[in-house]
Amino acid sequence: MTPEAKHLEVILDTHVESVNLAEEMCLRVAEAVGFDEDECYRIGMSVREGVINAFHYGNQERPEKKIHLAVDLTQEKMIIHVMDEGRGFRLEDVPDPLAQENLLSTSGRGIFLMRTFMDEFHVVPGRTGGAELIMSKKIPSAGGNSRNGNHGDSKPDAAPKQEA
Amino acid sequence: MPALFATCREVGPVTIIDLSGKISLGEGSALLRRTIRELLETGQTRILLNLGDVNYIDSSGIGELVSGFTAVRNRNGELKLLNLTKKVNDLLQITKLFTVFDVYTDEGTAVRSYL
Repeated sequence: MTPEAKHLEVILDTHVESVNLAEEMCLRVAEAVGFDEDECYRIGMSVREGVINAFHYGNQERPEKKIHLAVDLTQEKMIIHVMDEGRGFRLEDVPDPLAQENLLSTSGRGIFLMRTFMDEFHVVPGRTGGAELIMSKKIPSAGGNSRNGNHGDSKPDAAPKQEA
Repeated sequence: MPALFATCREVGPVTIIDLSGKISLGEGSALLRRTIRELLETGQTRILLNLGDVNYIDSSGIGELVSGFTAVRNRNGELKLLNLTKKVNDLLQITKLFTVFDVYTDEGTAVRSYL
């Protein structure tokens, strides 16, 4: 596959299995355009988190609602759109999972992971009335290294806890 | 094929849960939750999760680890982690959960830390 402008779109059921399906589909595209194993992992995880977000928070796990997944390939980027049929949300309202008071929260890390693993991440109102997550990563052959790739600046800054 | 396998064994006063596969939304997270809850119901509160064969955790799996940590701590017990793979290690670092969990690379050292 060459990184010319291409568009792929699927409509998924609000079902746990859609998370795996979406991840698998985007992984195949990512591999085909030349992302390495680590970048594929980051893209797959981000798609997974986006679809989990749509499944759980956006569509409230209601089976009559759909999850809209689209992938755009341009010369430079792989752009992924995940849209739900919920009520939408604002990024600034999402609690920071790294804040001390949220470290023991059992949820709320999906958005953080997408922002960390992808080069760009935005939330906009979707045409279905819900949220549309838009995330992208620079295609390796487009030149330079991806911001959050192996040579990027996403290296964890927290030092590992030492063994007792 | 199940996403996750869990096997429990006793080493001294500690129950080690050997996990293998993916801790992710659905079956994997549910199995981990069930396994920890069942141990707590039998009074076992010294739990060591061996993640040596877990190569994938998503946000749901991370949530389950934290949930297990809190549930054990609420029973005055301790839940610790052993043998993190690189991906899991990186994930716990970027989410700052390394500052929450005690993490070990050696089973003997981990077991002795409960004594």
